Amino acid sequence: MTGLLFLIPIALAMGAFGLAMFFWAMRDGQFEDLDGAAQRILIDDENDGETNDAQRIDRAQ
Amino acid sequence: MNAIAPIDVGKEAGLSDSRFTVPSIRCAGCIAKIERGLSELEGVEAARVNFSAKRVAVRHDARLSDDKIVDALLRLGFEAQPVSANPLAEDDKDARMLLRALAVAGFGMMNIMLLSVSVWAGADVVTREMFHWLSALIALPVIAYAGRPFFSSAAMALRYGRTNMDVPISIGVLLATGLSFYETLTGGPHAYFDGAVMLLFFLLAGRALDATMRNRTRAGIGALLQRMGKSASVVQPDGSTKRIAAEDLAPGMIMILAAGEALAADGTVLEGTGAIDRSMLTGESAPEQVVPGDQVHAGTVALDGPLRVEITATQDDTAIAEIARLMDEAGQSRSRYVRIADRAARIYAPAVHTLALAAFVGWMIAGAGWYHALVIAISVLIITCPCAIGLAVPAAQVVASGALIRKGLLVKDGSALERLAEIDVAVFDKTGTLTLGEPRADIADLDEQSRAVALGLAQQSRHPLSRGLATSLRTAGAKPSEISDIREQSGTGVSGIWNGVPVSLGRPDTTEATLATRLSIGRRDCIIHFEDPLRADAAETLARLARDGVQSHVLSGDRAEAVEHVARELGIVGQGGMTPTEKLAELRTLQTQGHRPLMVGDGLNDGPALAAAHASIAPGTASDLSQQAADAVFIGERLAPVALAITVARATMQIVKQNFALALGYNLLAVPLALAGLVTPLIAAIAMSLSSLIVVANSLRLARSAR
Repeated sequence: MTGLLFLIPIALAMGAFGLAMFFWAMRDGQFEDLDGAAQRILIDDENDGETNDAQRIDRAQ
Repeated sequence: MNAIAPIDVGKEAGLSDSRFTVPSIRCAGCIAKIERGLSELEGVEAARVNFSAKRVAVRHDARLSDDKIVDALLRLGFEAQPVSANPLAEDDKDARMLLRALAVAGFGMMNIMLLSVSVWAGADVVTREMFHWLSALIALPVIAYAGRPFFSSAAMALRYGRTNMDVPISIGVLLATGLSFYETLTGGPHAYFDGAVMLLFFLLAGRALDATMRNRTRAGIGALLQRMGKSASVVQPDGSTKRIAAEDLAPGMIMILAAGEALAADGTVLEGTGAIDRSMLTGESAPEQVVPGDQVHAGTVALDGPLRVEITATQDDTAIAEIARLMDEAGQSRSRYVRIADRAARIYAPAVHTLALAAFVGWMIAGAGWYHALVIAISVLIITCPCAIGLAVPAAQVVASGALIRKGLLVKDGSALERLAEIDVAVFDKTGTLTLGEPRADIADLDEQSRAVALGLAQQSRHPLSRGLATSLRTAGAKPSEISDIREQSGTGVSGIWNGVPVSLGRPDTTEATLATRLSIGRRDCIIHFEDPLRADAAETLARLARDGVQSHVLSGDRAEAVEHVARELGIVGQGGMTPTEKLAELRTLQTQGHRPLMVGDGLNDGPALAAAHASIAPGTASDLSQQAADAVFIGERLAPVALAITVARATMQIVKQNFALALGYNLLAVPLALAGLVTPLIAAIAMSLSSLIVVANSLRLARSAR
């Protein structure tokens, strides 16, 4: 019974954390191009610096 | 997932963002090729491909023009078109809000379920009361947040004395929550927070799907009028010229047009001859020669100057303003179209209310007590909740439009699919729709050297023929040669020096009817002929439409002979020389005859017809306004998406009907049980979710329909 006093707040906190992460991800534009994300795994990044630059404008899409 | 850093707007001055549609992005290789290739281009700060939308966003030096980037993309092997702004931005806000509400409802649903399961498992009185309080604590803010879209819409409907789907939903949710809260306060055995939140979750899923489909509404007629020139050089009584703003121009004034100037008013040419680019008005890309006495219209561009033009109409009286007005009026007839979901709601909502009320009254009379009667009434409201019906339409439409996007057709609005399914006649514009709309040069006779020189010259000019020539040459794999001293003289053409030899592209001396240009290299001359070819699969597409029972016509503003020729080639009926008003009238006639016409066109002169037709499709090359007026836009050189759109739309309506049947069947089964008082609100919620899932699963079958 006392276990519940810990477990329930922990469960709620984890849920709330997940929700907060979802809000953050959406605000960040990560759901804008879902198919692209799947494709991009296949690209070999030789020059990381440039890609990071390119990603900055993703939100503008 | 790829993390994305936020963009620093305004930090780097002199940079601008441009967007391009690139339909031929197909794989990871394309993404890498475009992003790397563009990044290497001088002046490009960054490029990012959006694979789902088949778009590229480029941040670049403001001095680098869009055309240069399109050229660069073409060299990389991708055909691209600039897109003015992000037309989906407005939608985003709505969809995001729903997505957030959905996430909150999901969070609440899972946690309340967790507590509910413990209660059902037989928690003792103290634990049960604590869990009910915890559920209430989670559910109340969740319902307040996630329920807003429904509550506000229901309140709106009630305020105007009407009822819609959201009214029974809101009543069901609020009653269930209120009853559960009462139970919690009095330490009763049952609370139905789980049912209420789950209901919201599934309904929001339907809404979020619908919002992704919802159209970008028409950005207004303003965009059109911006194409008009803003001012004009007007000849003063003393012979000098003065720049006068478009709104101050008056009929009778004489304006002088320089080469490349957009006209600010309609007028008659008094002096001078030259070419006028009317592409934005008629879609006809070949420039038109004008001589004194000819009419010229606001919004067209003078390619050669100077021309003296006497103003005949200004501002709201110009041909372009007339088109804008016609479009606005024509569009209103279509906005009266009632979407299938709304038609269903109109019958459904009152029926559900009556049923729930009947259940409550019936059980009260039967002596069940108000509490018991209310529980049954709530069960009825929840079990008949239009979840499955709410999902029936958007789920199918989202899947179908996703399938169509992969085939190069963007459908802007869910009701467009409904209207496309009802089409029985197709009306095509000629130039730019059945044909490519760009003059393509016949370069078979040129040797490699001439091709290189021609491309070197052609890519320097904005003249439509030069652009057509450059495209043909690039497609044939020509590489431009270095040409120095390039000069473009309006009326005569482009000239320059290549390896010490004077070279030029210019107007041929012969005044033939066909489009042609003369390429001179030193003393060697050759004439390059142009034509506007039919889209390669035009005949095939029309045949496919005919198989689907859709008859095709051509209505074009072009010369009757040209239209006749194309119509004969395709084996359909054609009419030429139509004005925008006549096109509109023709469509209205078809509609009064009981037909449901589809309009396919690209020019501004098709605008009113596009807006008036039962459904309309524009090519990606169409003027911005035509794209806005159309329900769907197809990208690329193939016409096939037009026929595909109708096939898929019909398949979608088939699935929608099945979905409605499934949802109704479920209700017929579940409602009697609920009325008999055999269903608690929780079981009602589970049954309702199950029916929703079945409807979604059925809609997913459409993913294969576009093959």
